[in-house]
Amino acid sequence: MLDDFINQFWPSTIDGLSLGAIYALVALGYTMVYGVLRLINFAHADIFMVGTFAALWTVQTMGVSSAGGIGLIGVAVVMALVAGAVSGGSALLLEVAAYRPLRKKGASRLAALISAIGASIFIQQLFATTVIPWVFDTSKEGGKLPLNEHFVSRNDVVDLGPIHISNDKLIVFVGAVLMMIALDQFVNRTKLGRGIRSTAQDPETAVLMGVNIDRVVSVTFLVGGAMAGVAAALYFLRFEQAWFFTGFLLGIKAFTAAVLGGIGNIRGALVGGFALGLFEMYGSSLFGSEWRDVVAFSVLILVLMFRPTGILGESLQQARA
Amino acid sequence: MDGRARLGALGVYVLLVLVALWLPNEAIGSFMAPSGTDWPTMLSDQIAIYVLLALGLNVVVGMAGLLDLGYVAFYAVGGYTIASFATKYGWSFWETLLLAILFSALAGVILGAPTLRLRGDYLAIVTLGFGEIVKKTANNSSYVNGPRGIQGIPHPPTLSEFEVFGVQPLKYALLDSRPYYYLLVFLIVLTIIFVKRLEHSRVGRAWASIREDEDAAELMGVPTFKFKLAAFAIGAAIGGSGGVVFAAKQTSINPENFVFLVSALILAGVVLGGSGNMPGVMLGAFVVAWLPERFRGLQDYRMLIFGAALVLMMIFRPEGLWPSRQRKAELAEGTGGMGSMGAEVAGPGAAGATAEVGK
Repeated sequence: MLDDFINQFWPSTIDGLSLGAIYALVALGYTMVYGVLRLINFAHADIFMVGTFAALWTVQTMGVSSAGGIGLIGVAVVMALVAGAVSGGSALLLEVAAYRPLRKKGASRLAALISAIGASIFIQQLFATTVIPWVFDTSKEGGKLPLNEHFVSRNDVVDLGPIHISNDKLIVFVGAVLMMIALDQFVNRTKLGRGIRSTAQDPETAVLMGVNIDRVVSVTFLVGGAMAGVAAALYFLRFEQAWFFTGFLLGIKAFTAAVLGGIGNIRGALVGGFALGLFEMYGSSLFGSEWRDVVAFSVLILVLMFRPTGILGESLQQARA
Repeated sequence: MDGRARLGALGVYVLLVLVALWLPNEAIGSFMAPSGTDWPTMLSDQIAIYVLLALGLNVVVGMAGLLDLGYVAFYAVGGYTIASFATKYGWSFWETLLLAILFSALAGVILGAPTLRLRGDYLAIVTLGFGEIVKKTANNSSYVNGPRGIQGIPHPPTLSEFEVFGVQPLKYALLDSRPYYYLLVFLIVLTIIFVKRLEHSRVGRAWASIREDEDAAELMGVPTFKFKLAAFAIGAAIGGSGGVVFAAKQTSINPENFVFLVSALILAGVVLGGSGNMPGVMLGAFVVAWLPERFRGLQDYRMLIFGAALVLMMIFRPEGLWPSRQRKAELAEGTGGMGSMGAEVAGPGAAGATAEVGK
C-alpha cells in the first residue's frame, strides 16, 4: 500500500496536477456565479459537458488524427476557442432562460437551486435524446462517444529522472494556468471585473454606484461558461471521450474544489482544484483507484471540519479576489 | 382550537386517510397510470415512497432550514440494513425496520456531528459528498456484493390473511403491490402525526427560529447545534424506514438505486410543493414521482420534459404549489425564509437578506 504510493508518487503528482487544473477551471465558474448570485449553479456541470461535445465536433470537423508537437497545440487552441464560445453562449442562455425570471421575482435561493437541477436534467437529456444523435452520426453506445482512433499522439516532452510529463498533460496544465491568470487579471483589472466584485460585495450599493446588475450577471455566466468550455477542451484532449453524463461527477468534484478553497474566492478555486486533484491521485495510489471519489469527498469533510469556510476562506467580495 | 373545530379537523384527516386507502382503485389508475403499467405498483414503488422521503427531508430542509443534498444516503442505509440483516442473519422485516430506523438515525448523527457547524451551502456540498461516499462504499464493498447488490431480500411476513374488497392488505407477496402501499400509507400517517406533534412543540419552534435566523436563535438561548442534530437524525430515520420498505418490495437492491438524482428529485418535491408545509410537500412529492412515470410513453423525452417542467414551475410558483401561509408572507417580504439570491434588488426586504448571506 505505502510502497505503491512511493512508487507512484511522481506519476500521481503529474496526473493530479493536470486533473486538478481541469477541476480548477470548472470550479471558477461555480465560484464566480456563487460569489455574485449565492447560487449553486448545478447546470454548470452540463455547460462543461456541452463543451466536450463542441471539442469533439471540432476534432471531427477538422479531421485531426495523431497530432503531436506544435500541431497539437494548434488543435488545442482551436478546440478551446470553439468549446469556450459554445459553453459561454450556453451559460448565457441558461441565465436568461432559467435564472433571470427567478431573480426578477425575488425567489428564494432554494427555488433557484431546484431550477438549476431542472436545467441540469434538461441539458443532459437534450443532448442524450436530440443533439448527439442529430449532430454526431453514431450509434448510441449508452450515449458515450469515444473516438475510434486517438487523435493525440502522446510522447514524453519532459524527462527528468523519475518525472515524465507527456505532451497532453503539459498542454492541459499550461493552458489551464494561462486561463486562470487571464481571469484573475480580468476580475482585478478591468471595469467589468470591478463590477463583478462590487456586485458580489453589495448588490444594492453596486446598483446605486451605477453598476448594471443584469449585465454583470450575464458577464459572470459568460466568463464562467467560457472557462468551463476551455476546461472541456482540455479534458477532451486528455481523455478523448465525450458522454452526456460526463458533467455530473466532474461537476460535483469541481464544486467540491470550489468549496475546498473557499467558495466565492477565485484564487481559492485554484488552490482547491489542484489540492483535490492531488488528493484524489494520491488517494488512488494508496487505497486503489475505486476509492478515489470516497477519498475526495472525505478530504472535503475533513477540511471543512477544521476550516469551515475552506482553505483560503475568503469570498469574491474581498479585495484579494 | 375549540372542541368542534378539532372534531372537524379530525373528520378531514379521517377522510384523507380513506381517500388514500381508496387510491389504488382501477378507475383512478386508468387515468393516472399509462396503459400497461400497474397503478398500485406505481403508487407503492414510486409515489408513496417519495411522499414518505419528502416528509422526512422536509423536517431537515423545510423546518430546520438545513440544505441536505445527500438525503439518499439515509435511504440507502435503510435499504442496506434490511438487505444484510435479513439475508445474512435471517432477521424479520419488522425487526430490521426498527434496526434500520436506529441505524439511519445514527448515520444522521455521524454525518451531522462534525458538519452541522457549517452554514448553508457548505453543509449542502458536505451532505452531497456524504451521499456519494455511501453509494461508492456500497459499490466497493464485497460485504454487500459491490455493484451487483443484494438479492433475495424476503418480503415482510404475512400478518393475516383477512380480505376486504378483494384485497388482502396484510399479506405481503410478490404479485400484489397494494399491501405495500397500505404499509407505506401507515408509515406516512405515523410520520405526519409524529412530525406535526414536533412542529407544534418546543422542538418545532426551535427549528423555525434556526431556519429564520440562526444567530438570533443562539442568542435567545436555543441550543441550535442540538436541535439541528435532532432534525438530521429524525429526517434520516424517516428516510431509512422508506429504504426498508423499498428493499422489501423490490427484494433486491444495488448501489444504482441510490444515486444523486433521487436526492435531487426528493428535494425538488419538497421545494416544489412548498417547503415547510406538509400537505404541500406531499403534493410536490406526488407530482415529482408521478409526472415522469405517467409520461413513460414518451420514453427518452420524459426526463427532458421533466427538467423543463421543473424550471418552468419554479419560474411561475417560486414559493411552491402549496406554501404555508408563513412562507408566503416571508416571500412577499423578499427573503423567502432561506435568504434570497445575491444580485437581486427587487423587493423592499431584500437588503437585509443579502447583507445577511453576504457575511
